[in-house]
This record gives sequence, C-alpha cells and structure tokens, in this order.
Amino acid sequence: MSNSLHLDIPAAVPWIDFTREFDAPVAAVFEAHRDPEKVKQWLGPHGYEMVVDEWDFTTGGGYRYLHRTEHGDFGFRGVFHTIRDNEFALQTFEFDGAPDEVALEFMWFDDLGDGRTRLRGRSIGRTVEGRDAMVESGMQKGMSEGYERLDAIVSPTG
Amino acid sequence: MADDSTTVDLGFAALADPVRRAIIARLSRGPATVNEIAEPFAISLQAVSKHIQVLEHAGLVTRTRQAQRRPVHLNPDALEALTAWIDGYRLVHEQRFRRLDAILGAPTTPTRTDQE
Repeated sequence: MSNSLHLDIPAAVPWIDFTREFDAPVAAVFEAHRDPEKVKQWLGPHGYEMVVDEWDFTTGGGYRYLHRTEHGDFGFRGVFHTIRDNEFALQTFEFDGAPDEVALEFMWFDDLGDGRTRLRGRSIGRTVEGRDAMVESGMQKGMSEGYERLDAIVSPTG
Repeated sequence: MADDSTTVDLGFAALADPVRRAIIARLSRGPATVNEIAEPFAISLQAVSKHIQVLEHAGLVTRTRQAQRRPVHLNPDALEALTAWIDGYRLVHEQRFRRLDAILGAPTTPTRTDQE
C-alpha cells in the first residue's frame, strides 16, 4: 500500500498545500531532507542528474543545485530560513529561469508514532498567476513522465 | 470557446463554493431538475438557480430541454480537465515522494549513528 499525496490548490490565493505520510520515523524523513547525498536521490525529476553545489540544511544555511537535462541545465537556489531538527523547515525557493519569483516553503515533520511520519507543506508564491504557471509546468512534466512510467510498465525489462 | 487557462480559472472559481460542489456531487448521480437539486438545500430556488448558472458558465454542467423539464447534466469532460490540471503537478510530487519512500525503506544506509 502506498501513501497518497493530498494536494490543495485553492482558487484565488498564491499557495499550494500538500500532505504526504511515510512509513518511516520522523528522524529518517528529516535526514532524507538534510543529507545532500540522499536529497539527490529523490528531489530531482526522474531521469535527470541532480548536481548539488551547496546544501546546508540548517538555520541560516542555503542551497544551490542543478538539474542536468538534455535541454540544458536548470538551476535552483534558496536559503534555509529556519530549520528545527525533526520538526520544521522554512526556506525560500527560486528557479534561475524565473528570477525574483521567490516562493516561501514551509514544511512540518509530524511524528505519527508507530514509526510513521506526516509531512505537511505550504508553498507560497508571489502571485496567483505565478503559482498557476508553476502548477501548469508541473503538469507538462508530469504528463511526459507519466508516459515514461507507462513505457516502463508495458515493457517489463524496464 | 474560452482558452484552456480561462476554462480552468472558471472551473476552479465555480468549485470554490460548497453549495456548488454539493450540486456537482448530486449531478454525479445523474441529471436532475433545478427543483430536485434545490430540495436538500435551505436556500431559495433562485439562489440555487444562480449557482447552476455559474456552473453552466464554467462549462461544468449543461441544460437540455425535455418537454417542460430542463434537467441539468454534469459535463464530465470539463471536470476531467480540472483534475488533469492538478494531476500533472501531483504526479511530479508523487514520484518525488515515492523515491523518498524508497530511500526511507532501504535498510542499507547506516549513514549516521544508531545502527546496531
């Protein structure tokens, strides 16, 4: 059984909320966000190499990374405003291709007991239009990756 | 015909109201007249009519004429367009979190301290 992702993209406000549970203790989920070697394995889009220049998941720290694709490199950067171990992260997020369109990202790591964790997030953009553009670009990406997954399913050699 | 982004905007604006969501839920069980739709609500027929107009304008429902009845129908294509809009974004995140699941489930990573 996989845990499902709950998304809330309300009309007329520039934010997106998500909730996702994990069958792992809160320390492990936090560690997968803190350790750049782990982050590399899951944060980047499927099939792209993620090159991490900087990843300092502490209060006042920062990050910069690239997704290396056949269409070129896409850079992202931000600062970690507040990090509380196994509890909370607040960071900025900026795509080099859309300078100054900085999003503010809140994340809460909820310990559910029984070795389970709930991750709750809110990403706040500057404008509703900017948020919608982000969702729509995710849609294109998501759809193409969806076909890739379909390919993998139909050809069992994977 | 409105372009895609306008359709999506209108659709989400229409669904931002709980009465209109309840109307959509009712219509998902089959077409109904305004009177039938209004039945469970403690609001006037006029108010329900207004809500249906908003849904109609957003393309989420259509009305047909059958003799004296004008039943309201759900337009599943329009609803699907809205969910598709969310689903692409969802897919990106879903995949990301599945990879995170895989990392969390991997027993072979004694990176930090407490590995007995």
